[in-house]
Amino acid sequence: MNAPIRPWTLIGTIDDIPAQGARCVKMGGMTIAVFRTADDRVFALEDKCPHKHGPLSQGIVHDGCVTCPLHNWVISLETGTAQGADEGRTETFPIRLEGRAIYLSLPR
Amino acid sequence: MTSKPERLVIVGNGMAPGRMLEHLFEAAPGAFEVTIFNAEPRVNYDRIMLSPVLSGEKNYDDIIIHGDDWYARHGVTLHRGQKVVAIDRATRTVTSEGGVTAEYDKLVIATGSNPFIIPVPGNMLPGVLAYRDLDDVDQMLAATRAGGRAVVIGGGLLGLEAAAGLKAQGMEVTVVHLMPTLMERQLDPAAGYLLQKALEDRGIEVRCGANTKAILGHDRVTGVELADGSVLDCSLVVMAVGIRPNVALAQAAGLEVGRGIVVDAGMRTSDPNIWSVGECAEVGGQVYGLVAPLYEMARVAAGHLAGPSDAAFRHSETPTKLKVTGINLYSVGDFAEGPDREEIVLRDARRGLYKRVILRDDRIIGAVLYGETDDGGWFNELMKKGEDISDMRDTLIFGQAHQGGGSFDPVAAVAALPDDAEICGCNGICKGQITGAIKDRGLTTLDEVRAHTKASASCGTCTGLVENLMAAVLGDAFAAGAVKPMCGCTTLPHGDVRRLIKAKELKTIPAVMQELEWSTSGGCAKCRPALNYYLLSDWPGEYVDDGQSRYINERVHANIQKDGTYSVVPRMWGGMTTADELRAIADVTDKYAIPAVKVTGGQRIDLLGVRKEDLPGVWEDLGKAGFVSGHAYSKGLRTVKTCVGSTWCRFGTQDSTGLGIKLEKFLWGSWTPAKVKFAVSGCPRNCAEATCKDVGVICVDSGYEIHFAGAAGLEIKGTAVLGHVKTEEEVIEVSAALMQMYREQGFYLERIYKWADRVGHDEVRRQVLHDVESRKRWFDRFVHSQKFAQVDPWSERVSGKDKHEFKPMFETVLEPAE
Repeated sequence: MNAPIRPWTLIGTIDDIPAQGARCVKMGGMTIAVFRTADDRVFALEDKCPHKHGPLSQGIVHDGCVTCPLHNWVISLETGTAQGADEGRTETFPIRLEGRAIYLSLPR
Repeated sequence: MTSKPERLVIVGNGMAPGRMLEHLFEAAPGAFEVTIFNAEPRVNYDRIMLSPVLSGEKNYDDIIIHGDDWYARHGVTLHRGQKVVAIDRATRTVTSEGGVTAEYDKLVIATGSNPFIIPVPGNMLPGVLAYRDLDDVDQMLAATRAGGRAVVIGGGLLGLEAAAGLKAQGMEVTVVHLMPTLMERQLDPAAGYLLQKALEDRGIEVRCGANTKAILGHDRVTGVELADGSVLDCSLVVMAVGIRPNVALAQAAGLEVGRGIVVDAGMRTSDPNIWSVGECAEVGGQVYGLVAPLYEMARVAAGHLAGPSDAAFRHSETPTKLKVTGINLYSVGDFAEGPDREEIVLRDARRGLYKRVILRDDRIIGAVLYGETDDGGWFNELMKKGEDISDMRDTLIFGQAHQGGGSFDPVAAVAALPDDAEICGCNGICKGQITGAIKDRGLTTLDEVRAHTKASASCGTCTGLVENLMAAVLGDAFAAGAVKPMCGCTTLPHGDVRRLIKAKELKTIPAVMQELEWSTSGGCAKCRPALNYYLLSDWPGEYVDDGQSRYINERVHANIQKDGTYSVVPRMWGGMTTADELRAIADVTDKYAIPAVKVTGGQRIDLLGVRKEDLPGVWEDLGKAGFVSGHAYSKGLRTVKTCVGSTWCRFGTQDSTGLGIKLEKFLWGSWTPAKVKFAVSGCPRNCAEATCKDVGVICVDSGYEIHFAGAAGLEIKGTAVLGHVKTEEEVIEVSAALMQMYREQGFYLERIYKWADRVGHDEVRRQVLHDVESRKRWFDRFVHSQKFAQVDPWSERVSGKDKHEFKPMFETVLEPAE
């Protein structure tokens, strides 16, 4: 099966990001936070908490989530949705890992 | 069907094409005239069994799959030691290095994979081996006869099997692994930790988080140098850091190649006459290295070669097992953490067990088992069938033998135990003794039960059992008095965790989580910063700070603001500054267009609105003027506020400014449970507001009155008097002793006043002031800790530490092209 062709961009390797950490990708006025979990999965979210737009890239990464540094909202890395009693959603972007290389599908 | 057999040529003679031929000969006997080219001078043998050959448990003859007679029986021509160097698709011929050519009607490429050799100096020296085939094993065995040390680079499945084999052959072995825990692709950190412990118990040294910088030696290997500068002397290096599909031949022939040779679900390449199977093939976007999917490829390819077939390769999860004698380990499926997943974790520290089953929508999607792996197959079956496990979820983790019967109620289970059942193994306390004490003495809290029976008072791992027993006896009356656990990942409160870290000498976060039976695999944003602090405080110089378990402010040494910018506060010792310092602050404010400059309540200057990427530049300029970090973000000493004292003030009794500077220079650096603020006032008029600080000093004619346990935040609390001393040296010694006692006993985020209320003000006075011996012990331990803590974090980062923090990993100004 052939996957639909997407504008994948090589943004670096997984070794550029600390485990349980994040780095930013800047694109025009937008910042995308690229997360790496303890078990070497990667996720891409807009670097903006749905609550007060806190920079999620600066949060603590745990259990497939990130805790926002401003007011401790917990955001799912996979879906971008706020966990627990909080409600809101951050945009996610397609990302894939090929070997150590990370490809991000940048928004148009 | 043609009457004349078709010519089938196979490049490669590994396990996948071997299995494919078995299927083919069974489905279509006599349909093919088969020719195999093998780069190795051998028949088909079982590569999975290389490890037992290395360890001496088996030899080559034991692991042969197809002997010479098999090839003869099926009329197969086997060219041994003939590596194919070219495929000509136009004439449909292949040619080997030795000049042997063969024509094909159908071709199967099974070139397998190449070991990845890390690109460091010395990687081609004699004595550097990979671990892929029998030649590698033969060379390793030759090296073991000379003895000495082997360094295995790579702590994955192959690397660890190589390490165990070399150890069994009598070598000293060190495993160097880049990642923080072993086998991180197959195991979660908790199981990785247990595995590391088991290997270390076998005398194998394990170095995780270690990056190989160079392989040393002139004519052959003499050592390995790591990025931290340490050198491991050795006579053998085995690289087992991964494999790469061997696609060179297919690529040269113009076939479509991605990570591997791209094939469709029928294992056919972009050329309809050519198939590919094994580690070199990429199917459905994935390449494989474990034998089960490779055999699945063989089955599918054989089906299509034998005639029209709808066989299609389907991805399935393959369990991983480590073949090291005496270590039981099993993992299967997807065991990553995720918000849509639930996990059930069972840890038994005493027996060294760890079991974790990962669920999504009440179905198993992965499992990791360590110590006891009998139920691996059962979990795998449930996973493959996608069975809904909600009916047995309470007992699922205990395995197949515990299913059937009603649901599991832990309180009812402990209530059903006989009176002579042992509850606390450390102290030999039986159930009857505990229930008797609860009833006879009217005990209602866990602490009382511990005090009277000693149950769960030592290692504490039976705490849950004791609590369940109390619930069974007392009913609802018990739950009300229950202690608050430190977070949702554990039943243990902070105090127990701190006590057990020391008692059991736990020195890493995974060690704490395993030994104290954390119910999540990796902790949360509450417990990780706390554990990181406890370990730093208890094992100075040994424990390595885990930056990712820290709040952002402490990771980047600045304070995050609501718009994502940072504020920067340089240290001004005792609140004193100079014209040059102020000039430097003005310059840096202009240069980096810092929008706001504010004087703080702690007598510092705060530069607000600094962009994260500017932080290293700001620090560098401030550093040139002599500034260091003011730790305005830290759980540690923040400020020592002073008044001008006897130097200027007509009421001043002592040099309060000078003492404040001395205190600040002595005490800055070491992390504490929560922030610490000091002040020194030169007379009882108390202009430095010392009586609402964590520690305050009021200078008087006869010396110094030391105060402690004040606060002016969410709560306002005046200080209590600690005591009176005569000299500045005593002020410093008592302050340091107080800091250390608080550092070792405080709970994370607990301010000094709360800690002091908890342990008792008199006890603090006794230990840090009146009992001079005790004061000295606390003081000495504080001084020891400072050796590792008094490093300016700003200059470290200006010199390049953590530079990934301050730069985006990728930046684009281009409009995305269509």
